[in-house]
Amino acid sequence: MVEHRDDFGSKLGMWLFLVTEILLFGGLFIAYSYMRARYPVEFHHAGAELNATLGVTNTFILLTSSLSMALGIVAMQRGQELWSRILVGCTVLLGLVFLCIKGIEWAAKFHHGLYPDSARILTLPQGERIFFGLYFSMTGLHGLHVIAGMGVLSVMLVMMLRGRIHPGQYTLLENGGLYWHLVDVIWIFLLPLFYLAA
Amino acid sequence: MDTSHPSSEHGHPGYGTFIAVWVCLVIFTLALVGLSHLGQGAAVWGLLTLTPLKAALVFYFFMHLRYEGPLLKGVVFVALGTLLIFFALMFSDVAFR
Repeated sequence: MVEHRDDFGSKLGMWLFLVTEILLFGGLFIAYSYMRARYPVEFHHAGAELNATLGVTNTFILLTSSLSMALGIVAMQRGQELWSRILVGCTVLLGLVFLCIKGIEWAAKFHHGLYPDSARILTLPQGERIFFGLYFSMTGLHGLHVIAGMGVLSVMLVMMLRGRIHPGQYTLLENGGLYWHLVDVIWIFLLPLFYLAA
Repeated sequence: MDTSHPSSEHGHPGYGTFIAVWVCLVIFTLALVGLSHLGQGAAVWGLLTLTPLKAALVFYFFMHLRYEGPLLKGVVFVALGTLLIFFALMFSDVAFR
């Protein structure tokens, strides 16, 4: 029996899904832009509370994870399956490091009484409350995407180990990689919005 | 519709291409951080120029858009164009309120 296979359709489906993700975060970016235009001083004050060093460190980690993902696919295309597994494994590990740093950052915010609906947040001016609301919802939603991406890539690793993904058939790995790169692109926008330009 | 492996017709980029793109991304990030130390105005200009440039590099190279046909490119451009229209509508509303 001939196996049905449509690599282009698979990739097109993945891109259509990614487009919905772009528009999901796009709506939040529009909300941020409007609120920032309305409360520029409050956004500046609240932004100063964030740890830019951790934000920039996490950017380098995600950029490097995107590189290891792209290189993992090159290795697969060249038939270097062991290298491909190692590189995709590195991508998942870098995602974990990203989440740990995010956890440290959020823990520090919680320690300072900054979390949704906390007593301290409620005493802040409205613009600062909105800034932290957007900060927690946008970086939180992004963090969920990192967790989902790590899950997807872990499944890809298992499929590579079981021989379901190999140099003759690796569209699933490419699609998993596309998702991971999109998570990286979203963070590329979150860094300046919250940590640098606020 | 072509059901063979789409990227196999266009030739695959090698390790060097992606490492070069990563170096560019790191340099742009450092430039963004440097600009943010110069003041609010410079930081906003960095946000409006370097950030879309970084995203474009990821889309174009890491996500292989450069090596894809017009349909996939069209899907992405229509989505980004739609988002830009909504941004423009929102800012025009804010500016003339």
